[in-house]
Amino acid sequence: MTSDRHQVAVEARRVGKVFGDGTSAVRALDDVSVSIRQNEFFTLLGPSGCGKTTLLRLIAGFEHPSSGQILLDGTDISREPPYRRPVNTVFQSYALFPHLTVEGNIAFGLQMLGRQRDEIAETVDEMLALVKMESLRNRRVAQISGGQQQRVALARALAPRPRVLLLDEPLSALDLKLRKEMQIELKRLQHQTGITFVFVTHDQEEALTMSDRIAVMSDGRILQIGSPREIYERPASRFVAHFIGDTNILDGVCEPGPDGAGRLRLACGLAASSPDPGRRGAVSVLVRPEHLELGEPADGEVIGVIERAVYFGTDTHYHVSLGETHQVVVRRQNRRGDASRLAEGARVGLRLDGDAVQFLDD
Amino acid sequence: MSAPALALLLVGASGPLLIVAVYSFLSPAEYSGVVWELSGDGWFRVVFSRDIFDDTVKLADAHLTIFWRSAKLSLLTTLLTFAFGFPTAYFIATRPQSQRPLWLFLITIPFWTNLLIRTFAIMEVIRNEGILNSALLALGLIERPIQILYTDTAVMLGMVYVYLPLMVLPLYAAMERLDFRLVEAAYDLYATRRRVLTRVIVPLVKPGIVAGSILVFIPALGAYVTPRVLGGGKNMMLGNLIELQFGQGRHWPLGSALSITLLVIVMLALIVYVRNVSSESAER
Amino acid sequence: MAGRRAFSVKDLPGFATIAIACFLVLYAPIVTLVVYSFNAGDSVAIWQGFSWRWYESAWDNRQVQEAAIRSVAIASAASAISTVLATMAALGTTRRAPFRGQMVIYTLINQPLMVPEIVTAVALLIFFSMIKIATGYSGLAYLIVAHSAFCIPFAYLPIRARLEGMDLTLETAAADLYATPWQAFRRVTLPLMMPGVLAGAMLAFVISLDDVVITEFVKSAGQETLPTYMLGQLRRAVSPEVNAISTALLVPTVVLLTAFYLLNRRRS
Repeated sequence: MTSDRHQVAVEARRVGKVFGDGTSAVRALDDVSVSIRQNEFFTLLGPSGCGKTTLLRLIAGFEHPSSGQILLDGTDISREPPYRRPVNTVFQSYALFPHLTVEGNIAFGLQMLGRQRDEIAETVDEMLALVKMESLRNRRVAQISGGQQQRVALARALAPRPRVLLLDEPLSALDLKLRKEMQIELKRLQHQTGITFVFVTHDQEEALTMSDRIAVMSDGRILQIGSPREIYERPASRFVAHFIGDTNILDGVCEPGPDGAGRLRLACGLAASSPDPGRRGAVSVLVRPEHLELGEPADGEVIGVIERAVYFGTDTHYHVSLGETHQVVVRRQNRRGDASRLAEGARVGLRLDGDAVQFLDD
Repeated sequence: MSAPALALLLVGASGPLLIVAVYSFLSPAEYSGVVWELSGDGWFRVVFSRDIFDDTVKLADAHLTIFWRSAKLSLLTTLLTFAFGFPTAYFIATRPQSQRPLWLFLITIPFWTNLLIRTFAIMEVIRNEGILNSALLALGLIERPIQILYTDTAVMLGMVYVYLPLMVLPLYAAMERLDFRLVEAAYDLYATRRRVLTRVIVPLVKPGIVAGSILVFIPALGAYVTPRVLGGGKNMMLGNLIELQFGQGRHWPLGSALSITLLVIVMLALIVYVRNVSSESAER
Repeated sequence: MAGRRAFSVKDLPGFATIAIACFLVLYAPIVTLVVYSFNAGDSVAIWQGFSWRWYESAWDNRQVQEAAIRSVAIASAASAISTVLATMAALGTTRRAPFRGQMVIYTLINQPLMVPEIVTAVALLIFFSMIKIATGYSGLAYLIVAHSAFCIPFAYLPIRARLEGMDLTLETAAADLYATPWQAFRRVTLPLMMPGVLAGAMLAFVISLDDVVITEFVKSAGQETLPTYMLGQLRRAVSPEVNAISTALLVPTVVLLTAFYLLNRRRS
C-alpha cells in the first residue's frame, strides 16, 4: 500500500509548448518536468497565463507538446488523441451536452467506449448516487443550477473510471459558499474513488486546503513542488512567497551574535537570532504577518506606529510603520471581548522570533 | 469544407459578374448578344447618345432622367422608411419582454412575404378601381379617382411599403440592446424628451440606423419588380433600364455597363457602411 | 397628481401611434388581397359575396398547375443543395480558430446578399446563354444552379449563428469522453446544430419559392414558375385569380413562420 502511494501516475518529461510560429510565437511551457503520484490530489497553481491550463490540456491530449513527453503509467502518450487516453476532464465551463439529460451526459463516455447497456445503467446509477443527483437524472442540463451542473460534470468525467481526473478551475464559476462546499465534496470524491486528481486553480487558498501536493507555476515554468505546508512555510522564491499568502519581505544583514550564534539585523530595525547561525552578509527574509507580535511599547523593543487597521472578521491586519521608510503588516486574531484592538495612530512594540524567519535565495 | 459552396457561388454568382464586366467592353450584335470586338460604345451610351442622322454627341436625356429618378426615389424611400420605421422599432423595443416576440413576429410576416405579392397587394389598393379610390369616392371626398398607379408616387409608396420591415429589423436589433439606464441618466441630468432622443438614443442606435438605411437603399436602387408593376412602362428605374437592354435587338454591352455602374454604386455604399461600423466598434 | 400621467423613461410622444399605424398599413393591403381572393365577382374592389371560384379556376388552370409544380421542384432541389453546401461551409468556417482567408470566404458566401438582384440576374443570363449555345441544353438545371447559389447565404447564416453559439469545448469534451471525431460529430455537433440546419433549409426553400427577378432572366421558354407567371399576369387586367394564387403562396410562409414563433415561445 505504501509503495503504491508513491507510484507515478502521470509524468511530464521536459515538456515544452509553443503556440504560433515566427515572431508571434508564444512559449506557454518551458522545459516542465513533474511526476504526479497515484491517488494524489495534485494542484497546479499559478496566475492566469502561467501555463497551468496548457499543461492540463497536454495531459488530456487536446494539445500536443512541442518538445518532451507525457507519460501515463510509464507509457509515452504524447501523440495519442484524447479519445484514446484513459484520462477525463472536468471543464471550467463544464461543457455539458445541452441536448442530453443528466443521465445522458453521464452515460456518454461509457457509450463511446462501447460498454454493455446494463453495465452503463449500473455505473450511471452509481455515479448519480456518488454526486447525490439521483432525483434529477432525467432533467436537461439547462434546467439545473450551476452547482448541480458542476456535480454532473464530475460524475460524467468519473463514470469511465479514468486513471487520472483533470479539473480545470472547476469551482471558479460558483459563489463563495458553494465553492467551500464543493471543495469538501471534491476531497470526499477523491478519497472515495481513489483516482488521481490533477487540479488547476489560481486560488492559493483553494490549493492550500485541498491538495496533497502543489506545483506553483509562473511564466511556463514550475517554480516549486511541495506539500501545502512546505510551500507556505518554506517558499523557494520571492514569487512563491508573494503568491501564497500575505508576506513581509525584508532586507537585512547576518552578523556574528554575542554567544557565537548568528544575529539577524533587519533594515527596519527588527532583530532576531538567526535561524542559520553560520550565515553572514546581506540577506532578504520572509516573515509571515501572523508571525510578528504586537504589544505595549516596552524597553528594548522596536517601536512602530499603526498606520492602518483593516478588520477581516476573524483577524485584523495592522499596517505598522517603522521609522520613515519601512512598513510591515502584522496579523492578529480577533478574540471575543478583545479590548486590546489597537487604534490607528497607536504606538506599539514589535517582536520578531528567529524561528519565524525564512531566508529567500533569489 | 467550404470548397463546394464556394465553387457553386463562383459558377452561380461571382464568376458571371466578371463576364458582365467583360461584356461591357464588347460590341453589340445585331439582334442580341455581343460580337467579340473591343468597343467603348456600351460605356459611351450610359450617359451620351449619338444622333442617327448627323452623328452629333448629346447627353442621353432619357438615361439621365432614369438615373435621377432612381436616386431620388431610393433616397426618399430610405428617408420615409426611417421616419416610420424608427418609431415602430422603438415601440417594439419598449414593449414588456414577454410581448416583444409577438410584435417582432408581426414584422417578420410581411418581411418574409413574397415581394411580388406585397407589390401586387399595394397595387390593388391604389389602383383607380381599388379600395382607396372607391372609399374616397363613396365618401364623396373626390369626384373621380385619383391616378396614383403608374406614377413616381406609386413606385415610392410601393417601395416604402415593401422595404419598411428591412428598416425596422436592424433598428430594433440596435434598440433592444439599448441600456435604458443611460436614458434615465440623461433625464436625471435635465435633458428634455427631445434632447434624450437626439443626444442619447439616436447616437447609441446609430449602427442600426446605418444598417437599416443600407438595407433599404441598396435594393431600392436596384429595384426591378416594384417599378415594373407600379410604375408602368414610363416610370422606369435603373433596374428596368438594364432589363430593357437585354431584349431582342437591344444593346447588351450597354446593359452590362449599366449593371456594373449599379454594382459600383452599391459597393461604395457598402464601403461607407463597413467604415462606419468598424469605426463604431473601434470606439468600444 | 393633478391628472398628469406618471413619468415613464421609455415613453416618447407619438411613437406608439406611428407604430400602430405602420402595423395597420403593413397588413391592410395583404388582408384586402386575401379577402378579395374569395370574391364571387370579377372585381378586386367591390365585394360580391363569398366563393371559392377563383381558387377553382386557378386549380384548373394548366399553366398555374405546371408553374406550381415547377416552383416546388426547383425550391426543393435548391434548398437541399444549398443547405448541404452551407452546412459544410459553416462547419469549415466556425469550428476552428480564426484563419487567414476567412474574410474572403465570408464575402463570397454573402455576395448574393450584397449584389443587386438585377445585376446577378443579368450576369446569369449572359453566362447561361453562353453555355446554352455551347451545349444545346436548356433544362431546369440552370434555374436550380442559380437558385442554389443565391440560397446559400440564407441557409448559411442561421447555421453559422447556431454553430457560433455552441461552445467549442463540447467537441473537446466528447473527445475527452472517448468519442472519435466522427462520433463527436454524429452525437454532439450534428444534433446541436440541427435547429440551425432546419431553419436554414426552410429559409432557402421560401427564398427560392419567392424569387422573381433571377428566375425571370434565367428561365428558358416554357419554364414559368408561380412568381414569374404572376408577374406576366400583372401586365394584363387582373382578376381575383391572381389574388387566389398569391394567397396560396402566402400560406406556407405564414404557416412556417407561425410554427417557428410558437416553437420558440414554448421553449422560452
